Amino acid sequence: MNDFDIVPLVPEIFMAMMGMGFLLVGVLQGNRATSVLIWASCVMLFITAVLTMNFDWDRPPTMNAMFILDEFAGSMKLIILLGLIASLALSNEYLQQERIARFEYPVIMIFAGIGMMLMVSATNMLSLYMALELQSLSLYVLAAFYRNSLKSAEAASKYFILGALSSGMLLFGISLIYGYSGSIDFATIKTSISGLEQIPPGFIVGMVFLLAGLAFKISAVPFHMWTPDVYQGAPSSVTAFFAIVPKVAAMGLLMRLCLDVFEPATEQWQQILYFLAVASLIVGSFAAIAQDNLKRLMAYSSIGNMGYILIGLVVASPEGAGAVLYFLLIYVFMTAGVFAIILTMRRDGLATVSIGDLAGLSQNNPILAYAMAILMFSLSGIPPLAGFFGKLFIFRAAIEQEFYILAVIGLLASVVAAYYYLRIVKVMFFDEPADKFDNIMGFERRAVLLISTAFVIGYIFAPSLVFDFAMSAVSSLFL
Amino acid sequence: MVIGLSHYLILAAILFTIGVFGIFLNRKNVIVILMSIELMLLAVNINFVTFSAYHGDLAGQIFTMFILTVAAAEAAIGLAILVVFFRNKGSIAVEDISSLKG
Repeated sequence: MNDFDIVPLVPEIFMAMMGMGFLLVGVLQGNRATSVLIWASCVMLFITAVLTMNFDWDRPPTMNAMFILDEFAGSMKLIILLGLIASLALSNEYLQQERIARFEYPVIMIFAGIGMMLMVSATNMLSLYMALELQSLSLYVLAAFYRNSLKSAEAASKYFILGALSSGMLLFGISLIYGYSGSIDFATIKTSISGLEQIPPGFIVGMVFLLAGLAFKISAVPFHMWTPDVYQGAPSSVTAFFAIVPKVAAMGLLMRLCLDVFEPATEQWQQILYFLAVASLIVGSFAAIAQDNLKRLMAYSSIGNMGYILIGLVVASPEGAGAVLYFLLIYVFMTAGVFAIILTMRRDGLATVSIGDLAGLSQNNPILAYAMAILMFSLSGIPPLAGFFGKLFIFRAAIEQEFYILAVIGLLASVVAAYYYLRIVKVMFFDEPADKFDNIMGFERRAVLLISTAFVIGYIFAPSLVFDFAMSAVSSLFL
Repeated sequence: MVIGLSHYLILAAILFTIGVFGIFLNRKNVIVILMSIELMLLAVNINFVTFSAYHGDLAGQIFTMFILTVAAAEAAIGLAILVVFFRNKGSIAVEDISSLKG
């Protein structure tokens, strides 16, 4: 009991206290307070990030080995907080325009954020499960936030049913792992299987269930069915949030499990993730071709991107893991920028999300069109932009570990994916102009779009900065 | 006959499978899906309690308590979402949850 050291948890405790404080303010002030609360949440999350950075990121597990703040957890937390700030900033104006600006929105988002922060720090199956559920339950509510819309309610019910199914599978896996290793503590589980000639089959079955449950959360094929529907039906600001942040947290959890806890069973989980990666790449690139709805397209794009990220994980080397983190960071920036533009697409006060609505944007609003073009080029991986380097390091890590087939499939998938990204550019620059969009783009969206395009373009001038950050982050997973 | 570890595990596995099939095969009512989810979680609880007794380790039973609590919260949120859906659609039949596709 002497490891009851509360200090590494201070950022989460601070977030939770502030979240409940905001809830209180909301209850007293009503929905008038929403806009102020969103701003206050952004400032609060920024303070949390500063707090997180100020701690020494090299601590042993604390809270009876339930929680750890190591290099990896600290870096993932910074990425998560960055994504949270971006998606909250993007939400403000949209919520006002759609008249769904209720004060619960920032509060629920903060609670989801706490869940994600705890997820990447979990070192025990129990804290893993509780953190995952805190995050998932908040996300179900957010998906249903547009409660007068049938689509939003339907998206939320689909998300809820499949999310609960995935939690059930995850739990079943945990129960089998507990049974065959005799513990729910990560370190004990690892020692119980290391050095064995053969891992017990029951343990492997448990691991498969656990990985399947997590594959749902990162929407890897064949567990991706909910993604396009939920992305399409949920309010666009929530879609932006779904696309940016929860993937990062779930990926962090998957990395810690695979590379650290299940390290003695690497051969077994590699086979599973290999299949998930190939399937995600193929479905993500081919299914998006036929999409006309930008939100659905982004859903398949995120499935495809999860495929690349899984390649980095499958290779199970420090370089691969570093490339995963690196890709995730770049992905957060690019997706935030794309959604800043999607949220701005409004005509006569109504949101439009089809690709055809972007027609001739280069004449109506050249700045927006060029920003979108840059982001699309980056997503498809055209050289000087940030997206290219993300893929480059993933493929390099795959080739170093002699996963040639995986690298080739990834390359081919990115060629196919380039078609639908570039189609958007073509529609914007070469099609007959459609009607103009309402010319409103608030400060927050401008800021997010500016930062994300600046990152994507300016990345090439200081690539080692991000790369060193990623490599030092994953160092704590390979001890 | 002695009822041993494997009997409990088989029971849990069967209940879990029934839960999963209940979600996928059910074409009528969403409430049945909620019940199936609950069944899955309870099957997991049987697993945990069995292993806990087998290992003589309390962690499994504590885990069960947490699962029960979370399952209650999950059911509450699921029902709330269903109420929102019913208000918009006037029905909670599974076949009516179909306006999003492509």
